[in-house]
Amino acid sequence: MKQETILSVRDLNIKFTLRGRVLHAIRNVSLDVYKGESIAVVGESGSGKSVLTKSFMGLLDGNGFISSGEILYDGKDLAKYKTEREWQKIRGGEIAMIMQDPMTSLNPLKTIGEQIAEAVRLHQPDIGGREAVRNKVYSYLRDVGIRKPEIRYRQYPHEFSGGMRQRVVIAIALACNPRILICDEPTTALDVTIQAQIMRLLKDLKVKYDLTILFITHDLGVVANIADRVAVMYAGDFVEIGTAEDVFYDPRHPYTWALLSSLPQLGQKGEELFTIKGTPPSLYKAIEGDAFAPRNPRALKIDFLMAPPYFEISETHRAKTWLLDPRAPKLEPPEGIRNLKNLEVLG
Amino acid sequence: MSTEREVLLDVKDLHVTFGNGKKAFEAVRGVSFQVYRGETFGIVGESGSGKTTIGRAIMRIHPTSAGDIIYKGNRINGRISRQLDRQIIQEIQMIFQDPMASLNERAKVDYIVSEGLLNMNKKMSNEERRKKVQRALAEVGLLPEFASRFPHEFSGGQRQRIGIARALIMEPECIIADEPISALDVSIRAQVLNLLASLQKSRGITYIFIAHDLSVMRYFSDRIAVVYKGRIVELAETEELIAHATHPYTRSLLSAIPMPDPIREREKKLTVYDPSIHDYDRNPPRWQEFRPGHFILANDREIKEGFGGTRETEAEMGK
Repeated sequence: MKQETILSVRDLNIKFTLRGRVLHAIRNVSLDVYKGESIAVVGESGSGKSVLTKSFMGLLDGNGFISSGEILYDGKDLAKYKTEREWQKIRGGEIAMIMQDPMTSLNPLKTIGEQIAEAVRLHQPDIGGREAVRNKVYSYLRDVGIRKPEIRYRQYPHEFSGGMRQRVVIAIALACNPRILICDEPTTALDVTIQAQIMRLLKDLKVKYDLTILFITHDLGVVANIADRVAVMYAGDFVEIGTAEDVFYDPRHPYTWALLSSLPQLGQKGEELFTIKGTPPSLYKAIEGDAFAPRNPRALKIDFLMAPPYFEISETHRAKTWLLDPRAPKLEPPEGIRNLKNLEVLG
Repeated sequence: MSTEREVLLDVKDLHVTFGNGKKAFEAVRGVSFQVYRGETFGIVGESGSGKTTIGRAIMRIHPTSAGDIIYKGNRINGRISRQLDRQIIQEIQMIFQDPMASLNERAKVDYIVSEGLLNMNKKMSNEERRKKVQRALAEVGLLPEFASRFPHEFSGGQRQRIGIARALIMEPECIIADEPISALDVSIRAQVLNLLASLQKSRGITYIFIAHDLSVMRYFSDRIAVVYKGRIVELAETEELIAHATHPYTRSLLSAIPMPDPIREREKKLTVYDPSIHDYDRNPPRWQEFRPGHFILANDREIKEGFGGTRETEAEMGK
């Protein structure tokens, strides 16, 4: 099955200059995002997952720049965009973003109705007069699960709970009428129950509004529900990409193993949780070999010498590890994560 | 078996009210539980449920409006003697949620960690104090030279370790950990949890562990109390609670735990708790033990007939 690509990243390199030094945040990354899918980008803080997605919207910090590579969207190369004017056409209307913290991404001085209406007027200029805009806002509020929109329209962000605010933020993103929705850790600041509800909501909205969702998180545990595909990022590079089934049931990269093993959901009481030793490598220096090798207790010799290429495991699944080379020794993934399909935990 | 264990902390019908007159808001409405020495007692609930307020009331940060908190046989809420106050400050310590916000940005680690010592024992020599700091840092896995650095030089996980060292240096018997890992990355979470577990083993510290996430609780706590709107709705040993979750709110919390299993997750039905299923106006709930060691807030009809409305989700929850 060949899927239509909506956004294609080709050999992208992003660097930051910091006090005269150069930090290589995204290292030669390629990724195809298919139309209508939801893809999760998973990695530790500092792995570059936010930097990558910010570059799709021209939101890199002032000292960051794309040093080479392409971001192809709709026949255009976004990596070449320079001016704010060019980006305005992409931001919101084509690619919209939901930020992590719903407490800080709303304007406290405007009613939430006005904030959504602003997006409607800007991105759907033909919608008509005041009445039409208002009705449209009501429909967005209803779609994100906020009851009594006529009353809620006139309320301020402080009158909403965290989960409800995140719903408002989602409504604003929807009002821009985007094709791609980037969700940057949308549930990290929320309770588990609310988190589950927001995930459910995003899933429903994806179908209703024909969205492509790019989901960023540090927690592999939360994406099983929503992601069609999972891309695991480490030190500015994707080490493993596959469907959710590929990555959860048949993970191949030692880093993916480590991430899965450290989930508290899989912990056995009384036993130590698995932890990843050490810290991610400094991206100021060039990385030799497999970036994860220094933290991988079972690293091979070659991991320290040469960077592995992608090995294709199946049409949908590839990973960057020498373990997949036919000459490599056969290593089994850690025991705790071998059988996620038949997990026998939690009522 | 639980009757033989020593009760370290006994909370009886605790009420905490904020504000007064018409504006009064009762954040904790009659909570009772016992914490045994050496165990990890989990308090789980959503934001605004009052779980943090309970912890802070024990710490004497929030004044209580009714009820008793008994620590080692002494009442510690309300007016207490200066001597008891000092004893409690030393013996009950706290670890906070956000390691970015809970450390003094302008003080060096050395001072942050030893501030409690300085307050308790002003006569301690510099040499002795420094030694204690070094030992506390070593115990949480930090290098001794970190003592002369500022908090901004550390990562989130390291900062949380500093927060733990600060609590440890007082040689507490009980630590109240208020969402100690919510603000951390998954991989760092595991490290901090392991550290807390090993400290418990080596020092026999009692934890009161406050969190909103039952998956961490299940791994870490011996017993769990589920708090909803200022009341404990269910309390049991961890395995018992997971296997026989009865209150609909507990069940909704369980169903919300994200599992790393895409096929099951996609089919999972969410149980959403709807408080209107109770008929508490006519038939008020009681706090009762309906299985050994398993307490629940329910009225007699609910005990007899079940809560209803949650049964159809059982299949999806894998039991």
